[in-house]
Amino acid sequence: MAFKRYIDRLPIIPPDAKKQNVTCHFCIVGCGYHAYTWPVNKQGGSDPSQNIFKTDLSKQQGGETDAWYAPSMYNIVQQDARDVHIVIKPDKGCEVNSGLGSIRGARMAEMSYSKARATQQQRLTHPMVFRYGQMQPTSWDDALDLVTRVTVAMLKEPGGEDNLFVSAFDHGGAGGGYENTWGTGKLYFGAMKVKNIRIHNRPAYNSEVHATRDMGVGELNNCYEDAELCDTIVAVGTNAYETQTNYFLNHWIPNLRGTSLQKKQQQLAGEPHAAGRIIIVDPRRTSTVAACEIEAGKDNVLHLAIESGTDMVLFNAILTHIVEKGWHDKEFIAASTKDFDKAVAANKTSLADAARITGLKAEDIAKAAAWIAEPKQGRRRRAMFAYEKGLIWGNDNYRTNAALVNVALATGNIGRPGGGCVRMGGHQEGYSRPSDAHVGRPAAYVDQLLIEGKGGVHHIWGCDHYKTTLNAHKFKQAYKKRTDIVKDAMNAVPAGDRPAQVAAIVDAIKKGGLFAVDVDIVPTKIGEACHVWLPAATSGEMNLTSMNGERRMRLTERYMDPPGEAMPDCLIAARIANHMERVLRELGDAKYADQFKGFDWKTEEDAFMDGYHAHEKGGQFVTYERLRAMGTNGFQEPATEFKDGKIVGTKRLYTDGKFSTKDGKATFMEAQWRGLQAPGKEEQKKKFKYLINNGRTNHVWQNAYLDQDNEFIMDRWPYPFIEINPHDMKELNVSAGDLVEVYNDDGSTQAMVYPTPTAKRGHTFMLFAYPTGVQGNVVNAGTNELILPNYKQTWANIRKLASAPASVKHLSFKSQEYKMG
Amino acid sequence: MNMKGCDKLVDVGRRQFLRGSVMATAGAAATTVLSSNEAKARPAPARVEYPSNRLANVSQLKPNEPLDITYPDKSSPGVLIKLGTRVPGGVGPAGDIVAFSTLCPHKGFPLNYVAGDKTLTCPGHYSVFDCEKGGLQVLGQSTQNLPQFTLRVAANGDIFAEGVDELIYGRLSNVL
Repeated sequence: MAFKRYIDRLPIIPPDAKKQNVTCHFCIVGCGYHAYTWPVNKQGGSDPSQNIFKTDLSKQQGGETDAWYAPSMYNIVQQDARDVHIVIKPDKGCEVNSGLGSIRGARMAEMSYSKARATQQQRLTHPMVFRYGQMQPTSWDDALDLVTRVTVAMLKEPGGEDNLFVSAFDHGGAGGGYENTWGTGKLYFGAMKVKNIRIHNRPAYNSEVHATRDMGVGELNNCYEDAELCDTIVAVGTNAYETQTNYFLNHWIPNLRGTSLQKKQQQLAGEPHAAGRIIIVDPRRTSTVAACEIEAGKDNVLHLAIESGTDMVLFNAILTHIVEKGWHDKEFIAASTKDFDKAVAANKTSLADAARITGLKAEDIAKAAAWIAEPKQGRRRRAMFAYEKGLIWGNDNYRTNAALVNVALATGNIGRPGGGCVRMGGHQEGYSRPSDAHVGRPAAYVDQLLIEGKGGVHHIWGCDHYKTTLNAHKFKQAYKKRTDIVKDAMNAVPAGDRPAQVAAIVDAIKKGGLFAVDVDIVPTKIGEACHVWLPAATSGEMNLTSMNGERRMRLTERYMDPPGEAMPDCLIAARIANHMERVLRELGDAKYADQFKGFDWKTEEDAFMDGYHAHEKGGQFVTYERLRAMGTNGFQEPATEFKDGKIVGTKRLYTDGKFSTKDGKATFMEAQWRGLQAPGKEEQKKKFKYLINNGRTNHVWQNAYLDQDNEFIMDRWPYPFIEINPHDMKELNVSAGDLVEVYNDDGSTQAMVYPTPTAKRGHTFMLFAYPTGVQGNVVNAGTNELILPNYKQTWANIRKLASAPASVKHLSFKSQEYKMG
Repeated sequence: MNMKGCDKLVDVGRRQFLRGSVMATAGAAATTVLSSNEAKARPAPARVEYPSNRLANVSQLKPNEPLDITYPDKSSPGVLIKLGTRVPGGVGPAGDIVAFSTLCPHKGFPLNYVAGDKTLTCPGHYSVFDCEKGGLQVLGQSTQNLPQFTLRVAANGDIFAEGVDELIYGRLSNVL
């Protein structure tokens, strides 16, 4: 049977409950919520005078009511060391989500640490060190002393700071935010100049969207309302219903339904308007495609199910066709761009050639071009371009990104209402760091260097390579071997003899070992190999600022205590810096020790003022107090002034036609097709039968670091699914729910068969980054020239491991597409 | 079955519910022999008291044709379905009769039955629930699987609903 909570009533929020601002800490959309807390021995009642909604709760409430919350939105947590009831429910007043909560965000309360209700008991509560053969709790001072003494010892060895490898989040939301990126940034890029550093989901320190930045077009340049205003949404490699749910439901769907028509007429008077159309570029028929067809009608949805990895050819053909038809925006091109003619000539692609390579019909490509750019009764058509991992983690990232931005620029769709060429985003953003210029370009391929035995000390912040890297199978084998060398050395020396411990570790490192420190909120897979775990606080256990996909900055207020002794990452970084300074002074290196000054922060607000407030564009207008007053709507970055008690923001970028280049002109870029670009891909495709396309699912946030301890989710997905066409299943002799091995020359992993009649023969789709079956195991090591991984174009064979185990017998394997009754 | 007839059945259920509650209270007072003031201070039971409501008779159900019902009271709509195949939690001679709330636990939109898939789907935000798997959310935005009504079939084929396994949308207590 499906998992049921048997909760048949919930405590009612009393009128005097404390109410705080919350931005969902999961995906980029950043839905607005409020946290309501009240003492555990009090409760509201159903009479209007007894509850915060001023509503008679003895009556059934209607659809979309504010006066209801699901069991997943409730918990008992600690606040200022006292047990309190908490309800975290979506905010109707937030422009982002208008009261909608997704299957991920609306579980924030349930996925909070609660001793009373035994939720998220996996959380790290105390520093842990490897002692007597296992991880043991210890004090912060003891753990940090060990970390810094080993780190300093390796900094003093030949190679200096290049011996220190770092994996660190660079984003917003949970495991990030302006406070924490500044804390880690100031430590590794300010006090030190660490260049062997990588980001949470890729093996190097680089942008996922280098090309658009090089062209002068920042990747988050529009506002969510543009999706309501445009004539056509162009969605590339994004399954928005499942992964940016409330952006899709609250801003795309109204346009496709035609319910944003009035808004269009008001804001964009003097031109014809109709309900929106959508072009979806995705080799797979997703639940997003199905929902769009229902709402807009099939005639207004153009699903271009291209041959995986050929997006660049499609975009070049669309550009070529638009220019041939004369539909490009000549005025805009002349005033605000350069190298248009050069790029058009270099990227010229005929409809016929594009049809051959992409597997699409020529007339569908022409239709896409018309939907994007054919003038509507003499007026310029408005198109909004949104792309995500299908492009970013796909073939030839840099050129493909450029080819899409070319189309947006050529049609004058950046900096204007109903336009934009944006990444959809995964997590929220919250980047504030000293310059990373010393990292270089291309950046170091950190995971490969670790496999090769480079580096002596590894500091890991909120990253889990074991789940989220390419060539993961080989990485894990090498990483375990190297960290085991250090574990064995630590075991051979009494834990209480610190100098002997440090000497033994350094000696082990010289023999190929690696000393690993994991800063995280939960025990991770890579953490199993590490020697020190440092417990971090997450959003809501600390005040945290981030921005969403339309650069909307909010403050999530601290509504509960962190578990045990966990601390905000920024303060952990500061304490590491303090200990580094102390140890270096002890060693008599005053000059180096001085570099670690400036970390006397007591609170996350100190880090915010030192970082974002003092360093970021418009930061001088932004403080915690002002952000609190701006509520769940916040403001859109950059801030331009503080006026009438409000921070004034920027709705869209580039509205003046001036772009982020030295001369202010956006640059068209050459993007020529060169087949499967990453080394090893073409060979893999030839040798193995099945495309192992991969990505996210609606239920799960990121690599399931919290979901893995949530019964509702693990009941649905005990294993990662792999969608397979039923005819392929027959050939493989497998049934729904069977466990299969996915394998190739690079590694192997497991997944659970999900019959999918809409899947093309030979094309599978596997859940990415899942703890019980890591898709990255079968992704080869090949990257693009800037060390961007290509997870999407992966080929492997499939064989049966086991018939459907008892743990999946209760599952549904029905179509995930919405159908009308 | 038309709506009017269905409502009548529910009315019967409501009367039983009221009668049952009163009897339970009286019984408690009798066995504990406490004064009325002290009886009020007794802790409430851990779960709400669900009424036993007659929804229909087995003979009225046709395979894969949902029957509109309400439970545990008139303002909580649901469906009673004879699925045609034995399912976990199913009742009746063939173990194939189930009942669910039809208020989507996400935002309270009324769910529709898709006979071909034997699923309940939400026109609001596209959630899909599998009636053959205890209301498991196949895909969607609810943070619960669909509330299922616990059923009992009497010897004469009358089907009674007697409980709910998740919180029904729009009420902070399943019994108002």
